[in-house]
Amino acid sequence: MSRKILLEHAHVAGIQGYEIYRKMGGYRSVEKALKSLTPEEVVDEVKRSGLRGRGGAGFPTGMKWSFLAKPEGVPRYLLCNADESEPGTFKDRYLMEKIPHLLVEGMITSSYALGVQTAYIYIRGEYKWIVKILEKAIAEAYLHGWLGRKILGTDFSLDLYVAPGGGAYICGEETALIESLEGKRGNPRIKPPFPAVKGLWQSPTVVNNVETLAAVPVIVNEGGDAYAAVGVGRSTGTKLISACGNLNKPGVYEIEMGLPVEEFIFSDEYCGGIPGGKRFKACVPGGSSVPILPADLMLKNAKGEDRVMTYESLSDGGFLTGTMLGSGGFIVFDEDQCIVRNTYTYARFYHHESCGQCSPCREGTGWMEKVLHRIEHGHGHDHDLDLLVDISKKIEGNTICPLGDAAAWPVAAAIRHFREEFEWHVRHPQEAQARNYGLGRLEIYYGAVGV
Amino acid sequence: MEIMAYNPPRFSEERLAQVRKIVGQFPEGRQKSALIRVLHMAQEDFGGHLTAEVMDYVADLLAISPIEVYEVATFYTMFNLKPVGKYMLEVCHTGPCMLRGADKTIAYLQQKLGIKVNETTEDGFFTLKSAECLGACGYAPMMQCGEHYYENLTEEKIDALVDAWQKQPVPPKAWEKID
Amino acid sequence: MLKVTIDGIETQVEPGTTILQAARKIATEQPEHSHLVPPAMCYYSPLEGSGGKCRTCIVKVTQGSERDPRPMPKPVASCQTQVMDGMVVENTTNPDLLAARKGVVELLLINHPLDCPVCDQAGECHLQDLAFAHGASETRYEEERRTFERIDIGPYIQLHMTRCILCYRCVYTANQFTDERVHGVLFRGDRAEIGTYIEKAIKNDFSGNVIDVCPVGALTDKTFRFRSRVWFTRPFDAHRKCDKCCGKTVLWMAGDDVLRVTARKDVFDEVEEFICNECRFDHKVKEDWTIEGPRSIHRHSVISANKYKAKAKTVV
Repeated sequence: MSRKILLEHAHVAGIQGYEIYRKMGGYRSVEKALKSLTPEEVVDEVKRSGLRGRGGAGFPTGMKWSFLAKPEGVPRYLLCNADESEPGTFKDRYLMEKIPHLLVEGMITSSYALGVQTAYIYIRGEYKWIVKILEKAIAEAYLHGWLGRKILGTDFSLDLYVAPGGGAYICGEETALIESLEGKRGNPRIKPPFPAVKGLWQSPTVVNNVETLAAVPVIVNEGGDAYAAVGVGRSTGTKLISACGNLNKPGVYEIEMGLPVEEFIFSDEYCGGIPGGKRFKACVPGGSSVPILPADLMLKNAKGEDRVMTYESLSDGGFLTGTMLGSGGFIVFDEDQCIVRNTYTYARFYHHESCGQCSPCREGTGWMEKVLHRIEHGHGHDHDLDLLVDISKKIEGNTICPLGDAAAWPVAAAIRHFREEFEWHVRHPQEAQARNYGLGRLEIYYGAVGV
Repeated sequence: MEIMAYNPPRFSEERLAQVRKIVGQFPEGRQKSALIRVLHMAQEDFGGHLTAEVMDYVADLLAISPIEVYEVATFYTMFNLKPVGKYMLEVCHTGPCMLRGADKTIAYLQQKLGIKVNETTEDGFFTLKSAECLGACGYAPMMQCGEHYYENLTEEKIDALVDAWQKQPVPPKAWEKID
Repeated sequence: MLKVTIDGIETQVEPGTTILQAARKIATEQPEHSHLVPPAMCYYSPLEGSGGKCRTCIVKVTQGSERDPRPMPKPVASCQTQVMDGMVVENTTNPDLLAARKGVVELLLINHPLDCPVCDQAGECHLQDLAFAHGASETRYEEERRTFERIDIGPYIQLHMTRCILCYRCVYTANQFTDERVHGVLFRGDRAEIGTYIEKAIKNDFSGNVIDVCPVGALTDKTFRFRSRVWFTRPFDAHRKCDKCCGKTVLWMAGDDVLRVTARKDVFDEVEEFICNECRFDHKVKEDWTIEGPRSIHRHSVISANKYKAKAKTVV
């Protein structure tokens, strides 16, 4: 069993409530930080821990915190990004449902470190029942003196609120989240200025993912070095992986960084392999926006080394032969899945979620969806594949926010690795309506590895 | 011609207290931040969708201009701008759900309810919609109705749910969990 | 002062100046280098908050500054990126950048109707100019285009949303002229549309300016609708005493008939001073105006490039 840090107590009966959470050692990090550490020392511990943003970008959290501007007399804000909407990702929801006080505790300790007096949890509007779970946990924390005026008799005060969204993937982008929290359309802002300088209501603001903030208590309790000792290299600590698609045991798993991909998919401790004894065709390991990889490249990198669950190993080979850890939305495809149809649903998703502010994303996502829709429904042309790659290049890197990249990458990667399957769709439209392409070139791979 | 009694949309006192509480979560002058949440409340209280009149009322409550409310209400997918049935079934059909048979779930619901996606049954009970990722990928296929997620759907489960709803005279209130 | 080099031409600018403004400064001081000014479809300097959206003004920064000479990894929006001391920028000299811009133009055009022959904006349309200068001659788009119904915004203005490129200029213009916001964008993605809280918008004395700032034919002057192609009318600088606005306008005339009144625009096609609806719509008789003389149009427009200048000269 690999070590559990965040979900260690997730299955203790009653852990949702304050009493049990406290009994299991909850809120110790607040006590420790407020009584024996300066805010700078807390930031230092987080820096030393090597914790990286768990929302998908993997930016070092301590460094992000140290960018926060601290002008005199201007309030600062901490926002928790709980707008989990990346297809394949449902880990934050699990954490908030199972152990809501961990997030509350993480936000209190983090707010102390950042000198924040008001913090908000921006949660996707569809998670309505979690709003109630969080508001109950927050009420309990107020009742027991962990929130409010002069916490633990110190000069530190904090108010924490939950703000539900209205249904928009784009609000997971931090400046769109800020706009939405200001009661506006979720149009991402042009950067600079970055939120650390001008964020919520033009005040310095830090936006962190749920899982990132939930890791702060253990880092403060056990020290940044202890956290950094878990994991491999620059991928420290544990990561929540939400496994879905064609798996025997889909769900949320906390893994120690460095776990081999093969073990994660096939061992009974984790996903338990693929149902019906079907063969593994492909995987999108970090949420729908990261490149899809065929089974062979997912299990071993281009150099033939085992891929393991770290930021570095998954991105080994760049976009040519690698992918990304992203948000940890781990989507597995069995041999009967159609890559064209899957890519079409992703393109439809990004088209649906584009805010429409900047032209490459607004127009390009719709174009890609329409072309893929044609191919999927038997009206594709050979030149459509190059066209799709070309549109994706025109969007990538040329938009206000990363949604453009997120929309472009999966299309480009699917054609990069499964071009034959796309061509087969275009050239055999009738057959493609009747059956799936299957494993294609991976048949040879499976023959060679003797599965 | 019979003249129907006209009731303009107005929140109850209890609801108004909730609105004031939400507005109080934001600094002075930032009451616009309460908009999304108040729109959710308005949608629940005033018939499951937002009319221009309801949006104008919300604008008035929060002392912002109506266009600011329209901009927001039309941006976010959870706000219905047209009437929907008592039970709005939203079936996720993005990649991960598709891998686990969401298309079949939608087809089954269409056949069972006798409507297509984006239609409402004649009795006004059900509206069927397809939705983009709702964050339940590991428990697919799934659908949302009111505040509840119904996951790992099978035809039997759908039958049981729909049959039970058909017997209910009153729709579930969105913020009230039903199991 | 900060030193910046654009396409090999050096200039000095105040801190806080954007790359686009620096390029315009070069063009103003050395008109022979006007071609290096990036095209801007959404940025409009008199409008606070505008810009950053259309991505046509992108440039490549090959040296960030003297102190940190690293290049910027992606093309940047020149209307939003501030000059750093020693910055080196490539626009027309960078083939990759021109290809990227061509891509943006293609994307802007996929849903835009090819109705230039019946569009009142033709001849002074920024998108037409942009497509002419940077676009491809053929489209690869074979899908259905997005369409909307036309909407009348009061008696004078028509919104033809199908042609809109969502630059948001009209939104910022309306915000600038009204105390309370009345004009905004509804829906999202490529279904987004300009929505207007109509009654209030038409009551505003300056609402007609949204026609002048619109880069395409999405907002047009109903009083000029189908009256004439713009290149058949002759522009004259004119003024009248107005207690609402500056009263300085351009009259677009055919013989002695005033077909259209607009605000005056500078060489970068931005309104110099906004005018009121009364000047724009209610004084379409020559006698109401003091005509200063023919206005020369310094534009690279599809039509003016070939015909206009020659005619304007003969008028003088």
